[in-house]
Amino acid sequence: MTVEKMILAVITTSPHKVVGGMTFVCESDEEMQRIAANLEAILDGIAHALSDDLLIIVKH
Amino acid sequence: MNEYTYPILFGVTIGVLTRLYLLKTDYRQYPTYLHGKIIHIALGFIAAGLGTIAVPAIMEKEFAAITFLALAASQFRDVRNMERNTLNELDQYELVPRGKTYIEGIAIVFEGRNYLVIFASFLSTFAYLVWNIWLGLVGAVISFIVARKLMSGSRLGDIVEVEYVKPHFKGAGLYVDNIYIMNIGLEARREEILRYGMGFILKPKNFNARSTIANLGQRQAILHDISTALGVYRDSGTPALVPLAKRDLDDGRVGIFILPQEKDVEKAKAIIRNVPTLENAIRMPTKSETNQAGKVLR
Repeated sequence: MTVEKMILAVITTSPHKVVGGMTFVCESDEEMQRIAANLEAILDGIAHALSDDLLIIVKH
Repeated sequence: MNEYTYPILFGVTIGVLTRLYLLKTDYRQYPTYLHGKIIHIALGFIAAGLGTIAVPAIMEKEFAAITFLALAASQFRDVRNMERNTLNELDQYELVPRGKTYIEGIAIVFEGRNYLVIFASFLSTFAYLVWNIWLGLVGAVISFIVARKLMSGSRLGDIVEVEYVKPHFKGAGLYVDNIYIMNIGLEARREEILRYGMGFILKPKNFNARSTIANLGQRQAILHDISTALGVYRDSGTPALVPLAKRDLDDGRVGIFILPQEKDVEKAKAIIRNVPTLENAIRMPTKSETNQAGKVLR
């Protein structure tokens, strides 16, 4: 099954901005970038930035 | 051997030569060398035979034989189906797919070429039988010219101006000129995109061109052709590195973002200008009766 056009994961350094969903809370910006890069490769999706401290992974 | 043997041989030869002339394997690598070609030459031979036989059949008052041409039509419609199916299957494994509009265009061309072969064989056999072999050759040359004329469609360069623009980021948004392409979240990806990416703006020359390049199939064809010719910096599992074409809603310009392996602006421009305008994408809004009256659309 492929889940498309859905937020597969949320990676953030500001957990208070996110409610629900598969959220990965990171300590630093570098960690956020690293986790997002890994998730992008694993989920075959694209990491999109909603703001500086909030990334989402979506498969198109 | 009878009086028809040489004219028939002549007509079939001309038909097969026409097919060979129209059968080019170019940068698209389609039809593939050698097996794909054999299929088309064989079908061309059948088409040539049908076109040729029609002439003696009429002369011998065997009118029932002409109904075989109807059989030919259904036979060559199958060619179109075959091409469509094959290309659709293969398209799933392309890094930058051709798109359905391009595939349909190719399939139509393959069907059309067989009818041109029938026409060429018919005309040259007819001229041979009615007059002589020399006029038969004249008929062959005329049908070659007609085939060439009918089979050369227009190019994108006829309807748009191509301009190179370096892609840039505003925050996470990737832009080509002022046209938004996509949102890239990762820093590393943004650097890669700035290093390898190229942007082009297609400026439509008139109102008809605006609708034609808006067609998603036409845009995909541009991306495919350019990725075939210049290579592409991507792999499976890197969906962020994908060539895209987006439209400026205000004035109908199209922004092309590509990731070529060979970063050569002039070559890329030449390739974009050389992309065929797909028959199925061409729109002529100015030909509409409502638009012909009153204010002229530009």
